[in-house]
Amino acid sequence: MPGIKRCILALLAALSLHAQDFIFNNGPEPQSLDPALTTGVPESRISAALFEGLTVNDARTALPVPGLAESWTVSPDLKTYTFHLRATTWSDGTPLVAQDVVDAWLRVLDPATGAPYAYLLGETIQGAAAFSKGQGPASEVRIRALDPRTFQVTFVGPLPYALAMLTHNAFMVTPTFAVRRFGPGAWTKPAHFIGNGPYVLKAWKPQDKVVVVRNPRYWDARNIRLQSITFLAIEDQGVAYDKYKAGEIDYATEDAIPTAQIDAIRLRRDYHHVAGSTIYYLLFNVARKPFDDVRVRKALSMAVDRRELVDRVLKSGEVPTAGFVPAMGGFHTARGNGYDPEQARRLLAQAGYPGGRGFPRVTLVYNTSARHQTISEWVQQAWKTTLGIQIELQNLEWNTFLDTKQKTHDFQLARAGWLADYPDPSNYLDLFKTGAGNNDGLYSNPAFDRLMARASEMAPGDARDRVLEQAEAILVDQDQALIPCFFYVNKYLLDDRKWGGIYPNAIDIHHPRWWGPK
Amino acid sequence: MLRFMIRRGLSLIPTLFLIISLAFVIVRVAPGGPFASEKKLPPEILLNIQRKYHLDESVPRQYLRYLGDLAQGDLGPSFRYKDFTVNELILGALPPSMTIGALALALALLAGVGGGVLAALRQNSWLDYAAMSLAVIGISVPLFVVGPVLKLLLALRHPWLPTSGWIDERRGWLALVLPVVTLALPYMAGIARLTRASVLEALRADYVRAARAKGLSEPAVVFRHVLKGALLPVVSYLGPAFAGIITGTVVVETIFAIPGLGRLSIQAAINRDYTLIMGDVIVFSIILVLMNFIVDLGYGLLDPRVSYQ
Repeated sequence: MPGIKRCILALLAALSLHAQDFIFNNGPEPQSLDPALTTGVPESRISAALFEGLTVNDARTALPVPGLAESWTVSPDLKTYTFHLRATTWSDGTPLVAQDVVDAWLRVLDPATGAPYAYLLGETIQGAAAFSKGQGPASEVRIRALDPRTFQVTFVGPLPYALAMLTHNAFMVTPTFAVRRFGPGAWTKPAHFIGNGPYVLKAWKPQDKVVVVRNPRYWDARNIRLQSITFLAIEDQGVAYDKYKAGEIDYATEDAIPTAQIDAIRLRRDYHHVAGSTIYYLLFNVARKPFDDVRVRKALSMAVDRRELVDRVLKSGEVPTAGFVPAMGGFHTARGNGYDPEQARRLLAQAGYPGGRGFPRVTLVYNTSARHQTISEWVQQAWKTTLGIQIELQNLEWNTFLDTKQKTHDFQLARAGWLADYPDPSNYLDLFKTGAGNNDGLYSNPAFDRLMARASEMAPGDARDRVLEQAEAILVDQDQALIPCFFYVNKYLLDDRKWGGIYPNAIDIHHPRWWGPK
Repeated sequence: MLRFMIRRGLSLIPTLFLIISLAFVIVRVAPGGPFASEKKLPPEILLNIQRKYHLDESVPRQYLRYLGDLAQGDLGPSFRYKDFTVNELILGALPPSMTIGALALALALLAGVGGGVLAALRQNSWLDYAAMSLAVIGISVPLFVVGPVLKLLLALRHPWLPTSGWIDERRGWLALVLPVVTLALPYMAGIARLTRASVLEALRADYVRAARAKGLSEPAVVFRHVLKGALLPVVSYLGPAFAGIITGTVVVETIFAIPGLGRLSIQAAINRDYTLIMGDVIVFSIILVLMNFIVDLGYGLLDPRVSYQ
């Protein structure tokens, strides 16, 4: 009987018209389909299907490979990049020329657009910062169309990560002529949609789904093997996981893997995971007592057994770390002040709290989530056993948490995380520069700032990596401005006997151009 | 009757005005804002965005601007979902919520009244006990337990129904079954118990004895006389029931990934999407006030003693 049932199912699958349709949970409802206006992962996945920038992420390594640009040359000072574009058209047949790239980037920089990632272009392209702040003309931005198929950009310094940065959705090429013709909000609707990506927009029902279909005018349309992709908007992990279990979706992203069920999920054959480069850490407010004393900060770090946290509590393959910046290229993660309970107790005693006596009231804040709660409770217990101190935990709703951490800085110890926008150590270390926008713990060390300033002037390579390593050593080994805990694991569920083009990688970017049946 | 309707209609305006003003202040008092994110935006970029949505103006000016737009039926742009206006989002989310709410209410009424009447007519039989035991379970088990259990049994253990999602080409209307049943259960149970009690009372009333004495047939007695009187408490239960169904859709829409107003409201509150929160509050208030109004009118149709003077 089960044999017959399986035969019928196989027959149905073979006959099904849906064989080339790919459905998956894309997380929360996208904020917009305009790549200039979005910041989130769900949005960037849809953008990558609909638009293409000069470079795109490779399926296996996620490293930049040619996209709209088929080749490029770099000037000797590593500041000017000249891109040779493919002969291709927009999805409505209009030829796509280098001026389109110029117009698209200027639209992101234009203050009237209100693009959140305008600063990414503003900080890297010569002349762009002034324009994005409304203080300079667009003509001063150093991006040029040399001829219809040649585009040139001049950066402020030798950016080692330029090609990787260009895969970001802020640098995607959008049809400014369509934005002008139909207006913001209307041009991203199926009726008016024009793009240059492997897929075009077919339907968008808010809170339900975005459906994209193959773009026959895409330059590599022959190699696009799916008829359509459906991006379902489901914010609840449990609901999405149920859909995967019932076979209603083909691919379950991290948003469909409930932490509470990880024990069962990681035994599945279709579970894939790899260490990622998102860091989970606890951030000190170094302006508040008792964390203005580096001995206290070090003692707390040395009382955390990260290996136990990862193996006994988290259990899905996270990588414990006492350093902050993941290893990349020739850069090595700092050693940090790892688990050493003896030394931790000694340091705490030296700071005036022998055996935890007299330790002031300390609160660790985190945003409401089962995962953060579990980790916070574990840390609370670890410090109590090892150091004899009793901290309090406070969970805050997401927006309240952000307010507390970023605006009022009204916290002593807070849960934090960071994923780089582009793979370069500076993108992590920049957080702790004196007065930096994201320096929520109010850390400041002139020696650290000097090293960071020096690195920003240097060409990529060993010398620069050594400078950045020194900076991290000051931040973590010497000053302990934070307690690094572990690198997240990137995980998903996919039957790789049926589907290809999605492989585990450290930055967890899976470009839809490569997706298809096996 | 007409005068009553106009008077009630006019009295809605100050109520709504008060709700709008309160909501306007409360959302702005809540910590955080629509453009907060873990990667904080540089101040000048944040200013560009705030300017686009007039959030750089003083709160009283924002309030006047909002009221001005509202008077023209414009609920403004959503701060979160940048490609849609609040009007578009709400108009898109209303049909799913209304469909599920209306079907759940219809199911609750039909099964609840039917079950209640049957239980009353066969008082103390196995049918009565079975119906009332089910009703007690229906009332006491919350939606967020009923929903996942039904899903486990009917969608995961046996793949008869889709686990979640809205009507699509593949499974069609089947997607409605689980959310409608989940949402209807507690109200079905409440209505059944209420109907049973009031039918039992009516069966012993003098006017029913008189109807029987006239020699009317049993169905005529039950439908024309007993039920008409016995349904009054059920009608007055409908107002709160409808309110409950609306708040219930928040839970049910999340469990079953329905693209409705309830889920939209939760996301709006989490995201501090000021205009969308306001729009949701206004729409929910109008629906609630309107339903109470309809219930009031329903009294008059069923009970000749009620007058609208």
